[in-house]
Amino acid sequence: MDTLIENNLQFLQFIDENGVATRALERDKSLSNVLPGMYATMVAARQVDEEMINLQRQGQLALYPSARGQEGAQVGCASALRETDWLFPQYREIGVFLHRGIDVRGIGLAWRGTWHGGDGFLERAVAPMSIPIGTQALHAVGAAMASKWLADEGVTVAFIGDGATSEGDVHEAMNLAAVKKSPCIFFVQNNQWAISTPLADQTAAPSLASKGVGYGMSAVRVDGNDVVACHVAVSEAAARARSGQGPTLIEAVTYRLGAHTTADDPSRYRDDAEVTSWEARDPIARVKKFLETSGHWHDDLEVAALATAAELRHRLREAVVDAPDPSPLEFFDHVFTQPTAELESQRQLLAAELELEG
Amino acid sequence: MAQLTMVEAINAALSDAMQTDEQVVVFGQDVARQGGVFRVTEGLQERFGDNRCFDMPLAESAIIGSAIGMAIRGFRPVPEIQFDGFTFPAFEQIASHLAKYRNRSRGLLAMPITVRVPSFGGIGSPEHHSESTETLWVHTAGLKVVVPSSAADAYSLLLDSIECDDPVIFLEPKRRYWAREEVVRGTRREPIGRAVVRRTGTTVSVVTYGGLVAVALEAARIAEEQHGWHLEVIDLRSLVPLDFDTVATSIIKTGRCVVFHEGPRTLGMGAEIAARAQEELFWNMEAPVLRATGFDTPYPPGRLEHLWLPGVDRLLDTVKQSLSYDRI
Ligand SMILES: Cc1ncc(C[n+]2csc(CCOP(=O)(O)OP(=O)(O)O)c2C)c(N)n1
Repeated sequence: MDTLIENNLQFLQFIDENGVATRALERDKSLSNVLPGMYATMVAARQVDEEMINLQRQGQLALYPSARGQEGAQVGCASALRETDWLFPQYREIGVFLHRGIDVRGIGLAWRGTWHGGDGFLERAVAPMSIPIGTQALHAVGAAMASKWLADEGVTVAFIGDGATSEGDVHEAMNLAAVKKSPCIFFVQNNQWAISTPLADQTAAPSLASKGVGYGMSAVRVDGNDVVACHVAVSEAAARARSGQGPTLIEAVTYRLGAHTTADDPSRYRDDAEVTSWEARDPIARVKKFLETSGHWHDDLEVAALATAAELRHRLREAVVDAPDPSPLEFFDHVFTQPTAELESQRQLLAAELELEG
Repeated sequence: MAQLTMVEAINAALSDAMQTDEQVVVFGQDVARQGGVFRVTEGLQERFGDNRCFDMPLAESAIIGSAIGMAIRGFRPVPEIQFDGFTFPAFEQIASHLAKYRNRSRGLLAMPITVRVPSFGGIGSPEHHSESTETLWVHTAGLKVVVPSSAADAYSLLLDSIECDDPVIFLEPKRRYWAREEVVRGTRREPIGRAVVRRTGTTVSVVTYGGLVAVALEAARIAEEQHGWHLEVIDLRSLVPLDFDTVATSIIKTGRCVVFHEGPRTLGMGAEIAARAQEELFWNMEAPVLRATGFDTPYPPGRLEHLWLPGVDRLLDTVKQSLSYDRI
């Protein structure tokens, strides 16, 4: 009862916005070893994000949803998992994709409109990007149930936004995961906005994490702009899941610094002042400051991070600019295991129309 | 008299309906603060207040389900589903309740709800933003299905839909959103359930609706110039009720018919028109009813949609095929 009534808006934090440790990091010594790597991936994510936006402006991509500001949440989460743990993303998870080593080509071509969902995801145990909001949360639960039967010690992560928490599918997923004690993590990036709808119009709950109580699930609220807090929360949730203790709901409190997508104009619904205040809490800058003040920084780190990021930008650009379209006859190839007779005849029709070899 | 885009015309209709009838409420995702992702509902919250135009949490089933409750208590809801592909989370509420409430209550409860849905393809959208859903609704008994093809028609048909005591699924062809037409506020065109002949001709009847009406008219112009064919172009405007009389009159004149729609071919409106034609006009036909449509595949990625969508060429190929049937 206490937890329900209490408006507990505190969150787990290790490094504050000034790069100062607010909790003993020594607790996990290995963290200072991996932090430089996380920093590099966050830098890469931001730079690739910028390149995607450039490419969209140049007419090379149809659309792009920027993850600017959410790199800490994404890299913190992904870095706490095993490579074999299945991930079910929404569409704004560039930091997760890069951490998993998904080729930028396959991400870029999806936003170009070359094919749906993204290429090169499944090989990395990542489901294709999912646009119908919240629907992938149920897939994550099913995959987690399977993991239990397969006894593979796998943890499955559903990535959802604050908006997604309103969808029926997400409620069903959380309930099911808790009932079945599935090794599943619901990683909610509360970036404060669902297009033009602020969190206050999305839920009356004191926090999104508080919803976990109703499902009978562990829940934790973390500073989503603190990569360490996100990493620690996901590590703990994953350990619990692996040891049979069921699902966890993690609310990562962050902010979408950019537009909803390149087609959106956020000045229509939110104040610049709000954006500026969140810019001061940037997830990347604080890691750098922390590394500097804690004596873990050296300039090679930055040089290496920027070099990797530049390589990725270059690779993305090479892969996407004027990329050829697939043959339209491919429409008919993936509807069923074998095309039906009707599909075959439609393929012939299109081939004749385009004077292509059917 | 003003030249309005379809977006502005729909906005005008919503505004006029809200002005006339205080029971009209407009809601959905991003419709109030932002004025809609296509700006269709721009300014309505400022003008009518947030009891009349408001944002909803991200849940389509909630949008339609709560509209049903509002209707039961005497309101006239005009909910928006942001895109065609996101009607699916609301399918349960639409198919099991919206469509059936009148029947279940033996006529006691009306469902004066107009569900607006920016629909269909043609603007290079991402996955799930270009679906042709009309056949799903047509096949669900109890729903009226309206698809305007132009700004003035959208204005008039939307006002008719909102006034209608039956549930209407109002599918707005996004690709016509920015096309202008003269719209005279306060005037109405033909009511729901009346098709309109957009171009008269004698060679082949082309039956279509929504975003393809403009394509058919363009094809008709080219056909006349290049082949001397006089296509008659019929805009159905509403699929339920279907004005088969107008279609029949045209087929009796031309003896030939091509149905032109962008959704998949199997069990699309083409199948229904062809069935009706052979049932009722067997002796009037010079050729079978043919179809120029999308394919029986998921909607393709944006870069390829122009090859998937039926356009001028697919239509004229089909017209040519229709003309190849010669009575001996
Ligand atoms: C079922 C469904 N309804 C509506 C949309 C349109 N839409 C796309 S993104 C979005 C907001 C999503 O917000 P949130 O879950 O918070 O994720 P964010 O975009 O902020 O990362 C909406 C309403 C959709 N994609 N799917």
